[in-house]
This record gives sequence, C-alpha cells and structure tokens, in this order.
Amino acid sequence: MSKPLVSIQNLTAGYNGTPVLKNVNLDIHPKDFLGVIGPNGGGKTTLSKVLLGILNPFSGQVSFPSGRPNIGYLPQVSQIDHSFPVTVKEVILSGMARPKTWWKPLKKEHKEKADYLINKTGLSGLGNRPVGQLSGGQFQRALLARAIINEPQLLVLDEPDTFVDRSFEGELYTLLEELNKTMAIFLISHDIGTISSLVKTIACVNGTLHYHPSNVLTADVLKVYNCPIDLIAHGPVPHRVLKDHE
Amino acid sequence: MTMQNIISLFEYQFFQNALMAAILTSALAALVGTYIVSRKVVFISGGITHASFGGIGMAYFFGLNPFLGAVVFAIGASLGIEWISTKGKMREDSAIAILWSLGMALGIIFVFLTPGYTPNLMSFLFGSILSVGKADIVVLAVVLVVTSLFFIIFYRPVVDTAFDPEFARTRGIPVTFIRNSMAILVAVAIVLSIRVMGIILVLSIFTIPQNTALLFYGKFSGIIKGSVLFGISGSILGLIAASAFDIPGSAAIIFMLTLQFLISKGVALIQKR
Repeated sequence: MSKPLVSIQNLTAGYNGTPVLKNVNLDIHPKDFLGVIGPNGGGKTTLSKVLLGILNPFSGQVSFPSGRPNIGYLPQVSQIDHSFPVTVKEVILSGMARPKTWWKPLKKEHKEKADYLINKTGLSGLGNRPVGQLSGGQFQRALLARAIINEPQLLVLDEPDTFVDRSFEGELYTLLEELNKTMAIFLISHDIGTISSLVKTIACVNGTLHYHPSNVLTADVLKVYNCPIDLIAHGPVPHRVLKDHE
Repeated sequence: MTMQNIISLFEYQFFQNALMAAILTSALAALVGTYIVSRKVVFISGGITHASFGGIGMAYFFGLNPFLGAVVFAIGASLGIEWISTKGKMREDSAIAILWSLGMALGIIFVFLTPGYTPNLMSFLFGSILSVGKADIVVLAVVLVVTSLFFIIFYRPVVDTAFDPEFARTRGIPVTFIRNSMAILVAVAIVLSIRVMGIILVLSIFTIPQNTALLFYGKFSGIIKGSVLFGISGSILGLIAASAFDIPGSAAIIFMLTLQFLISKGVALIQKR
C-alpha cells in the first residue's frame, strides 16, 4: 500500500468552540475515490474544510506523509455569488493561484489550460461570458474547471450532484472517473445512487467517521454506522442500484 | 444660463478646482465603488460613512483637523466590520447599524460640546465641492495613485477574494491581508469623497456610476472603466448645473448620475429587443 496522501488522526473540529467532529481517523491514498455521506450537520463539510486547510481543528493531527499535496476544491455552488461580475475564464483561472505565487501574473500556458478546460467541461464559446449569464449547471461546470486547472493530487467536491444539469450529469461522472486515474477524490454527496455507482470506498460522517472499504451499502451497514440517510436512489436511467440484501 | 456663461465658468479657479476634485473623486470611487457594489457591501459603506462623523466631532472638540478624525474613525469602523464578519459572533447588519448610529451620535455630542461656532458642519453633511483647495486636490491625487497601484499589483487576488474568499484561502491567497487592505482603502476613499459629496450623499458616487456600468459591462475591470466614464461625466454635468442654477453641488451631481443611469437603462432595454 502506497503512503497516504493525507493522514487524519484523532481529529476533533468544529465552530465557535463547539465540536462537530470528534476523534475522526482517515487515510486518503493517491487513487482513492471516497464517497462521504451522512446527515446534515454531521460534519462532512467541516471535515472537508480541515482537509483544505481553511479550518483549524481543536485537536488531533492532519499530516501529509509525502509533503502537502495540491488540493482542488469544488464548494457547494449555492454558497457562491452567481451574479458577481466575473467571466467564466476568470473564474477558472482563479484556480491557478498557489501559496507562493498567488501575486504573480498569469502566463500564456495558464490561459491555454483554461481554454482547454472550457471545452472539456462543455462551456465552449462561453469563456468571456459573465457567470451571471450562465445556468446553475454551467456555473457549476466552470467551478469544477477551476477546481482541476491546477492538476491537484486530491479533489474535494461538496455535493456536486445538487446543481448539475441532468444532461451533464452523466458526463460529470465520466469526467470524475477519468480524473480519478490521476488524482484522489473526496466526494460529499446526499445521493446514495451517485455514491454507489461512482466511488470505490465510503465514509459515513455523523459526528464521527466510519470507514467502509467498499461501495456497496446495505441498510444494516448504515444502521451500524449510525448514518441516517435515505436509501432511495435517484438519478438518470440506467443507473446502478444497491445490492439486494435479505 | 447661456453657453457663453457655461464656458466662462471654466475660467474660474474655484470651478477648475471643483472639476479636478470631481474627476479625481470619480476615479477613486470607480475603483473602490466597483469593489463595494460587486461584493454587495453598500450597507457596510454607509455604516463607515456615518461612523466617521464621530471622528469629525471628536476632532473638532480636541482642536484637530476634522478629516484626520474622520479617517481614524472610518478605518476603525471598516476594520471592525471586517473583523465581525469573519468571526461571525454577532449579526453583521445589526453591528453595522450600531456603528452607524453610534458614530453619528458621538459626532453630534462632541460638536454640541465644542465651545463656539462649529465651522463647516453643513459642508461635512452635504459636501462643499465648490470650496475645494489645492491641498485637497493633492491629497486626492496621492490617494488615487496609491489605490490604483494596489489594484494594479493585486488585481486578481482582490477580485478572486471578493468573488469567493473561501476558495481563495484554499489557494493560499492571504485573504485577511487583502480584505483588510481593501477595508482601509474603502474607508479612506469614503472620507475623501465626503469633501465633494457630504456624508449624507456620498454613497451615490460609489453606487450609481457602478450600476450604470453594470448595464453594459459584465466583468470587474469593465465596471471600473464604465464607472470612471459615468462618474466623471455625471460630476461635470452636475457641477455645471450647480453653478448655473446656484444649487448644492452634491445634489446636482446625484441628479445627473441618476439621469445617466435611467437613460442607460432605457438604452440597454432597447438594445435587448
């Protein structure tokens, strides 16, 4: 087994002194595709923020055995101002900033990368369009391009299935499978159907974290992990459903 | 007033100074106003503006330059609101309203306590562009250069931080530094603009030209350009009207800026059809 990209040990984290997550342990390896499920308020987003380095934990350790990886981030689309005066290309290029070079001007190859991703995410011709003129789904695709333009080693996605156009959904999942060949993926989702058909392993987060080393879930497993989420799948047809259980 | 009279206005020193002040203030407001409007923090700017009156009053009482007092209070209020919004320990809009009212109240109390006649109180509230002097213009020019340099050097981090501060943080952009720096630049720009527009009316030059520009431009840099254009033209027309009809400069400028906005809105609607 290769060294983990990220190793979380005994993590306790939360906001304003109140812990949301307690004693979380998790290793993320280079080609992992981890589905993160759990009820609202259970700590999924909190965990992602600690991973991204934008929330300091109360206690515990987050270590990077092979050095701090480049982490890409697709936040919940509803949290971002869709009407902000910025173009698609500018949004995507904002993903190029890095800790030591954030103040440096962009180069031609960065802009070419953005053009490539504009086409790859089905946004051809919309590069100079202000994001306010895009649909919710198109806006999300621009944010996804922003998340991957810097070729991260770990991609964190917070509920990407919420906004995605039904027409693009299949393509999104294909894109994620392709990206998984070169990066680990941490995908928070409410959609159990997405989880079971896409991911390789599952983590149930509800105050603490239970790791399930496969993508097959049964009602019993969810009960044991205290993961009160619906087992009703929804999504485009055809799509894989949960394994039958007695 | 004839065309002859209007042209002859430009020969007067007071009008030239006023014109220079209007142009410089419009340019400064274009930069800072685009940031304020894009981030939807116009209400915050209102709070900073009125809080600065507390500084004016205290400065009068202690015999100091009132604009110095205004700048100190404005920067304090601006950074304070920035801190509250990041720490999230209280309702942000209530905090702004409290600072807003407290600033005004302190200003009123200290002005009241100051012995003798308080000069230029009305000019702080409603602006006094027609009495602007060389020193005011120099200060405006310096602040405009500093603000412009900051925008030129840090343009992308400023826009990225304004658009999505959380993502910017994940990219290693020093969001706190950028936001605090902008908070200071906003405060200083507002205080300087009080000279031209007065506390009551100053927000207009930070919002009307920008919203006019938004009708034609979709990106941040475009709005800055558009705001400079509309800000300057509205100010010049307003100044001419103020001199011609002997009405307060700030009110005349607002009237012209609004007229520009309405005409532009009409043009934009026609273009859509």
